[in-house]
Amino acid sequence: MTLLEAEDVRAVYGDGCVRCLETTGDRAGTNQCSRCGSIVACAEIDVSVQRGEVLGVVGESGSGKSSLAELLALERGEATVGGDVRYAGHDGNLLEVDYQTRQALRTGEIALVHQHIRDGLSLEFTGGGNVAEKLLAAGWRSFEDVRARVSELFEATEIPIERMDDPTSTYSGGMQRRVQIARALAVEPELVVLDEPTTGLDVSVQARVLDTFRRIQREHGVAAIVVSHDLGVVRLLADRTVVMRHGRIVEAGLTDRVMEDPHHEYTQTLINSVI
Amino acid sequence: MTALDVDGLSKTFTLHVLDGTRVVGLEDVSFEVTEGEFLALVGESGSGKSSLLKCLYRSYEPTAGRVLYHGPRGAVDLAACDDRTMIDLRDDSIGYTSQFLDEIPRVRAIDVVARPLREQGVPAERARARARHLLGRLRLPSTLWEAYPATFSGGERQRVNLAQALAPEPDLLLLDEPTSALDPETRATAIALLREQAAETTVIGAFHDTAVIEAVADRVAVLSGGRLVDVMTADAYVQEEGS
Ligand SMILES: Nc1ncnc2c1ncn2[C@@H]1O[C@H](COP(=O)(O)OP(=O)(O)OP(=O)(O)O)[C@@H](O)[C@H]1O
Ligand SMILES: Nc1ncnc2c1ncn2[C@@H]1O[C@H](COP(=O)(O)OP(=O)(O)OP(=O)(O)O)[C@@H](O)[C@H]1O
Ligand SMILES: [Mg+2]
Ligand SMILES: [Mg+2]
Ligand SMILES: [Zn+2]
Repeated sequence: MTLLEAEDVRAVYGDGCVRCLETTGDRAGTNQCSRCGSIVACAEIDVSVQRGEVLGVVGESGSGKSSLAELLALERGEATVGGDVRYAGHDGNLLEVDYQTRQALRTGEIALVHQHIRDGLSLEFTGGGNVAEKLLAAGWRSFEDVRARVSELFEATEIPIERMDDPTSTYSGGMQRRVQIARALAVEPELVVLDEPTTGLDVSVQARVLDTFRRIQREHGVAAIVVSHDLGVVRLLADRTVVMRHGRIVEAGLTDRVMEDPHHEYTQTLINSVI
Repeated sequence: MTALDVDGLSKTFTLHVLDGTRVVGLEDVSFEVTEGEFLALVGESGSGKSSLLKCLYRSYEPTAGRVLYHGPRGAVDLAACDDRTMIDLRDDSIGYTSQFLDEIPRVRAIDVVARPLREQGVPAERARARARHLLGRLRLPSTLWEAYPATFSGGERQRVNLAQALAPEPDLLLLDEPTSALDPETRATAIALLREQAAETTVIGAFHDTAVIEAVADRVAVLSGGRLVDVMTADAYVQEEGS
């Protein structure tokens, strides 16, 4: 069953003009409009995610992955967004619904793990506090319940529980990532958007974080959109993958097909540069 | 009953990084496999065995042709069905082992094998019991069951791979040289296991070893330069090889 369906969505930084789309994209070789100078971070994007499915998004730096991730997670950044986003159980285009509806989805069904830890966590708060905040926003009130749920999440994401009351700033990068994941999973969302879940982590820690996420994802059947410039990450997690370049999707397919039989010139370069 | 009807299957790779060089993997391959049959694929290195198996599993997207699969969802053209249909078929009907072993970081051997069952909703303990049974039959030392395949030898990994493909008892099993890295004794037990399961399963497998083909296959398809040049009974093939 389809959980999220996005049609012809875009995110533009700048005022935009009528020529923005034709002057940008893969063929134009740039994401900047030659007429008005706006950055077309992503455009003409169609993606959908089913319940329990993991969609991978790969592409080079600046190709628009985070802009797309934020748009799909209904996060309002500085970009002007357009297109159509539908979500199971909700009427209308979520890019146009009122603030309350969007906010309700963002505290309940959809969670975003930001690429930059600072955008997702308050480092001066305790690790436990960062996770608890999400529960409180979702209406949890009993102190014991919150505390118990936070411990459970620390355990599931393999963060030492004895560190729960330390400031998040004193955590290692890997632990901060886990706190983000714990926070994202706190109210059992249906869809988690993970933006570069492994950046800034050393390889052994990367493997453990991915592993933890994968286990939880499968056990709970949560759907995910995993954004990464690292093909290995997407290969490990995603059922289907889209490849982005200059703000457009240039190739999409089963993850193993995209990796083993890449069609687009850019995807071939990307795959070859790994081997 | 026909299980698989392959008609005019072709696969050409266009290598943009090499100025658009075209490499032919498969050319106009047609054959049928009946339910429960074991078809062995043979041919020199580069003849297209792996490409054929990958086109059937859709790790490669065929450039032309049709692959009618008569499975639990009725007749589906594997060359043209949408990605989600393929994912569903992989989950509950079509198994595959690759020639080169993908390792899964930080998942224990036993869980690698149990995973496809878990995904079908089999309870953890039952899935692990079946995994233990298969790994035992394939003579993987029990000390390795709880270890991570990343550090395994080629033959050890191959057994994990084969066990994983066999575990969910797929209707159609695609095997790419599943026993190439095994010592003779282990190979013999692997063959015995394959024969048992193959009685109920349609199998298409690439093999190099005539003895293995003699033991498991009903028919043999010979590939050369991406073309299917001959299909014969396994007996005829073994005789031809022996002479
Ligand atoms: N706030 C902003 N104002 C103006 N331009 C922006 C802003 N945020 C991003 N961009 C531009 O939008 C384009 C897409 O950026 P985005 O962050 O989505 O890329 P990305 O694929 O996530 O890259 P990375 O892999 O480096 O994280 C880039 O050209 C970037 O410079
Ligand atoms: N992903 C790919 N990209 C480009 N060419 C490929 C790809 N996969 C296979 N080929 C080419 O297709 C042809 C058939 O290769 P294939 O791997 O199917 O042969 P094979 O019979 O399995 O060989 P082996 O016995 O060595 O495993 C070869 O020329 C090979 O180089
Ligand atoms: Mg980014
Ligand atoms: Mg091969
Ligand atoms: Zn413009």
